[in-house]
Amino acid sequence: MANIEFSKAELERYSRHIIIPEFNIAGQRKLKAAKVLVVGSGGLGSPLLLYLAAAGVGHIGIVDYDRVDDSNLQRQVLFGTESIGQLKAEAAKARIEALNPHIEVSVYNEFLNSENALDIVKGYDVVADGTDNFPTRYLVNDACVILGKTNVYASIYRFEGQVSVFNYKDEAGNLGPHYRDLFPSPPPPGLVPSCSEGGVLGVLPGIIGSLQALEVIKVITGVGEPLVGRLYLFDALTFSHRTLKIWKNPNTPEITELIDYEQFCGVEEAKEEQPVAAVPSISVQELKQWQEESRVFVLIDVRESYEQEIVDIGGQLIPKGEIEQQLDQIPKTGDVVLHCRSGKRSADVIELLQAQYGYTNLLNLEGGILAYAKEVDQELATY
Amino acid sequence: MATVIIPTPLRKFTDQQASVKLDAETVQAAIDRLIELYPVLAQHLLDKEGQVRAFVRIFLEDEDILALDGPNTALKSDSTLSIIPAIAGGIDL
Repeated sequence: MANIEFSKAELERYSRHIIIPEFNIAGQRKLKAAKVLVVGSGGLGSPLLLYLAAAGVGHIGIVDYDRVDDSNLQRQVLFGTESIGQLKAEAAKARIEALNPHIEVSVYNEFLNSENALDIVKGYDVVADGTDNFPTRYLVNDACVILGKTNVYASIYRFEGQVSVFNYKDEAGNLGPHYRDLFPSPPPPGLVPSCSEGGVLGVLPGIIGSLQALEVIKVITGVGEPLVGRLYLFDALTFSHRTLKIWKNPNTPEITELIDYEQFCGVEEAKEEQPVAAVPSISVQELKQWQEESRVFVLIDVRESYEQEIVDIGGQLIPKGEIEQQLDQIPKTGDVVLHCRSGKRSADVIELLQAQYGYTNLLNLEGGILAYAKEVDQELATY
Repeated sequence: MATVIIPTPLRKFTDQQASVKLDAETVQAAIDRLIELYPVLAQHLLDKEGQVRAFVRIFLEDEDILALDGPNTALKSDSTLSIIPAIAGGIDL
């Protein structure tokens, strides 16, 4: 480590680290020598990448296949309006290189999967998991366990965040618990919050991703006690936090190879079960034609009222959860078109009304209001 | 009375209550009572065999109940139980 040297510019830049007695030049050298892989450059990845780059982590890898969308900017502070449409990993690289020219940044514009994960992860010392889905979380965990890498984990949901340090080996060689010790298997897709329940307060990933950056820096430098064997929980609504002990389950099966994580998480099955094709439907072009012909039909919007605030095509609002209480609002004769954001919820509603209440006149708007905004009226906002 | 802390994803099944107070002598009795109060919680909390699902952990104070006596773990009148589900982002629209 003594052979890690700093230029005058670096010493001046990092001086506020170097003058912390517990951190000093030794901590800064460890940061410069470190290689950290950040999986996902979104809400959590934004503060993570900014702080790791600013702190002087010598080599940062960024995995993200996605492009910047305007709905990201409420929380993904790495990006600006000019980044919309750019590859996230590339835009993130440009941003953090502008922040700190003394670091090296590698990008992987690809979806992390069982084929590429081990090859990508093996080149790094620490992995920071800032993804937003269960298959990638289990993949990152398993790859870290197989390769013996520390996995600094954070996750958010609406107003709540979780942080932990998984698969950490201390100086005495004791290995801490990993994600599967805590959650052996993921929730089935039906129990995962659906699109109508999504959403996150923009500042929450900022808080939780910063805590994650803190733990990455502690793991690298050995300063302080990393959050090993403990799960930190933060509830922004009540401003309460707790730290729970993670039990290292002796029965957790050994992880020896990567598997098909989409299948493990039931994602493929869920896709096949989608009833979208099974219900009668109408395309957005046909709907437009009906509107232009002033044809008589009823249009029902099964989204939530707060979604209608963003974009509205004139449907009568009956949220999915209230359908059965408002059946008298849905005629059983004549054409009735139901729509939601993407067509999934309205298809579920039609399936229910057909099976339970004998409706035969319902049509699902294919692709929902998103397709309408894309193909019929580009002035409409999407989300 | 023991307090059960309800995580955000399950609050829609508990009339948005962030915590529920109930009388119970064991963890199992507390879960049973919670489901009696909010029956729709059952499918989210328990599998077909009535076991707590693998993506949900129950903690008594800061200890996982599996590190204690599992569902038979005794509760005190001022115990706090936490239900902790796996979360993965939840911003995937």
